[in-house]
Amino acid sequence: MNIHEYQAKELFAKFGVPTPEGKVAETAADARAIAAEIGGQVVIKAQVHAGGRGKGTFKNGFQGGVHLSGDADEIAGLADKMIGQTLVTHQTGETGKVVNKVMVAQAVDIEKEYYLAVLMDREGRCPVIVASQEGGVNIEEVAEKTPEKILRSAIDPLAGLQENQIHEISAQLGFQDEIATQFAGLLDALYNLFLSCDCSMVEINPLVTTPDGKLLALDAKFGFDDNALYRQPEIAAMRDTSEEDPREVAASEYDLNYIGLDGNIACLVNGAGLAMATMDIIKYYGGEPANFLDVGGGASEEQVTNAFKIILADTNVKGILVNIFGGIMDCDVIAQGIVAACKQVDLGIPLIVRLEGNNVEAGKETLSRSGVNLIAADDLADAAQKAVTAIAA
Amino acid sequence: MSILVQPDTKILIQGITGSFGGQHANLSLEYGTQVVAGVTPGKGGQLFADKVPVFNSVKEAVAETGATVSAVFVPPPFAAEAILEAVDAEVELVVAITEGIPVMDMMRVAAKMKESSTRLIGPNCPGIVTPGEGPQSSGGCRIGIAPGYIHKKGSVGVVSRSGTLTYEAVWQTTQLGLGQSTCIGIGGDPINGTSHLDILKLFNEDPETESIIMIGEIGGDAEEEAAAWAKEHCNKPIAAFIAGATAPPGRRMGHAGAIISGGKGTAAAKKEALLDAGIAVAQTPSEMGSTLAKIL
Repeated sequence: MNIHEYQAKELFAKFGVPTPEGKVAETAADARAIAAEIGGQVVIKAQVHAGGRGKGTFKNGFQGGVHLSGDADEIAGLADKMIGQTLVTHQTGETGKVVNKVMVAQAVDIEKEYYLAVLMDREGRCPVIVASQEGGVNIEEVAEKTPEKILRSAIDPLAGLQENQIHEISAQLGFQDEIATQFAGLLDALYNLFLSCDCSMVEINPLVTTPDGKLLALDAKFGFDDNALYRQPEIAAMRDTSEEDPREVAASEYDLNYIGLDGNIACLVNGAGLAMATMDIIKYYGGEPANFLDVGGGASEEQVTNAFKIILADTNVKGILVNIFGGIMDCDVIAQGIVAACKQVDLGIPLIVRLEGNNVEAGKETLSRSGVNLIAADDLADAAQKAVTAIAA
Repeated sequence: MSILVQPDTKILIQGITGSFGGQHANLSLEYGTQVVAGVTPGKGGQLFADKVPVFNSVKEAVAETGATVSAVFVPPPFAAEAILEAVDAEVELVVAITEGIPVMDMMRVAAKMKESSTRLIGPNCPGIVTPGEGPQSSGGCRIGIAPGYIHKKGSVGVVSRSGTLTYEAVWQTTQLGLGQSTCIGIGGDPINGTSHLDILKLFNEDPETESIIMIGEIGGDAEEEAAAWAKEHCNKPIAAFIAGATAPPGRRMGHAGAIISGGKGTAAAKKEALLDAGIAVAQTPSEMGSTLAKIL
C-alpha cells in the first residue's frame, strides 16, 4: 500500500520526525492561503504515487510537478495548472496520473543532504538502519558504485535501538553538537514510527541540514506490511484507490488476490506459487499473462463469478486459463462455480480449464455436461499450450 | 526414516475447534495421523470428533498426551502468541499454517526462539507429510492442509515455499513411481522458522531420502543460500523449480515473501545460482518430476 507525500509528512509530524512546515491543498485558493501562512519562499508539489515529479510533464503542456515561488498568487496560479491535470513522469507510464492534491511547503535552504532509512531485513530477521552521507541521489547507484559509503546497523528486535548505536551512526554521518542531538531525537522517533505503524520500510531521501542549524526530512517513502493493516486502521484509511490499477481495486473489493499485467491470457489459479508458475508457463509457450490471480483455498461460486467479471472487464483479455490443483478444494465445486459464472457473464472468449486433484472426475463430468464452451486440458503444459493456440485462432 | 515426523508421531492441533482447524484435523485423522490432542483456550474438556481430547493449554495437552509436535491453525492476530505458547511448552516441532501473520510478530517470534530447541516450520505453509504404507499413502503423518492421497511412500524429499506447487511435484513423483520420503512446506512469508537450507541438511542425512526436489520463488535469498551449501556438501541429486520468472518487480505476488525488492530476489538470479551448484532446474512446473528422473 502506497501513501502520498503529504500523508507521510502527517505521520512524521505525529511521531516527531521534523519536516519543513507545509500542508496539503485541493484548490488553488487553499494553496494560496497556505503559501501566505508559511510566508517567504515555498515549494508546491503535485501529489501522486510516483517519483520523478520534478521532471514530469502535464498533459495540458505544463512542465514540471514541482515548483518554487515566493509569491502566494503565483503559487495559486501554479496550483491551477496542476490540480485536476494528468502528470506523466518516468515512473507513471504514458497514461500518467491525475493530480488531485498539491502540497505547499516551506522551501528550505540545503547545506548538506543525507540518506536515512529503516528497513525490515528478512535475512537478518530484524530491522536495519541504513544511512549515508550520499543523500538526494539514487541509493541503489551508491550501493553499486561506492558501497563503503553506506552504513548498515542491525537492531535487535528485543533490545531495541541502543544509545551507542545512535551515537555511532551519528558519528559516521559526521554530525556533532546540536545537530547530533537533533539526529538522536529524529532517529529514535523514526524507529518508533517504523515499529508502531508496522512498516516494511521508511526512507528519508534527502535528510538535510540547513544553514541555520536544523535537521529536516525533506521527502519520505513508506512501505507497509499488508498483513498488519488489520491492526493499523489509520494507515489503512490513507489508501488512495484512485492511484491504483482499477482492476486491482475491484478485485480487492471481492477479496481476490489479483495483480494486473499487460498481457492477454488471463489466469485463475489456487495458490500463489502455482499462480506465478501458471503466468510463467504461459510466457514459456509464447503467450502473455494478463494477470496474477490466486483464489486461495476457498473459491466459492461467487468468487469465481466475481473473478470472471474482473477478468472480462479487462479489454486486453482474449482468453482465460483456469488452473486448479484441488487439494482440499473440491474440483467439482470449482467446476460448478465456473458453470454458474458462465451463465451470468457472457464469455465470448476461449476458456481453457485444467483441473487436477480432489474429486477431479466429478469436476470434469460437471464441465462436460454443462454445455459451456470450454477447452479441457490434462496438465499444466497442455493447458498453457492450448491457451496460447486458442487466442491466436 | 523420513525427516521430522514419522507415522507414529503424536500431534496436537492448536485451533482444533475452529472450522479450518477442525476440517484439517478430520482429514489428518482419516489419513491415519496420530492426532492425540487439540488446544483451544476455554474449550478444555471437550472431545473433538468423539475421540480427540481438547485442552485449554499446550502445556496441559503435552503433559496428558505426550504430543511432541504442534500444528497451529490460529487466526493471524493470535497466531504468533500461539506459536510462542507451544515453544514455551517445549514441543519439538511447531508447524504454523496460518497465513497473514504480521511480519513484526514473526520477527519477535524468531528473536524469542533463538535460545529454544524447538523447531518452527512456517508460517503461511501447507505443512508436512510423511507418506504411509497404506492405500493412497494412508497410515502416514499429515500435518497441515495437503491432500493425503496424492502422496506415495518413496524416496524423494520435497521442500517448497508454495503449497499447490508442492502438490504438483508430489503428484508428478508419485506418478513416476518414485514416491516421497517427507514433503515439507516452509511457507511463503519473508520471516519464517525454517529455510530450504535447513531442510536440505536434514534430507542429506536421511537414509530414506535418495533425491530432492526444491521449489522456490521470487524474493529473498533462501534458494541461493541452499544452492551454495548443496554445491559443497549435498550427496544427493537435486532438481529445482523457481516460480515468478514473469513477476513484475516491486509487487507482492500473493505470498508476503514473494517480492522482488531493489532488483534483488529475481527468479533469474536464483536459477543461475542453482545451475552453478549443479542443480537441475525444471523449465516449467509440469517438468519437476521428469527433470529429477533424468538425473537419477
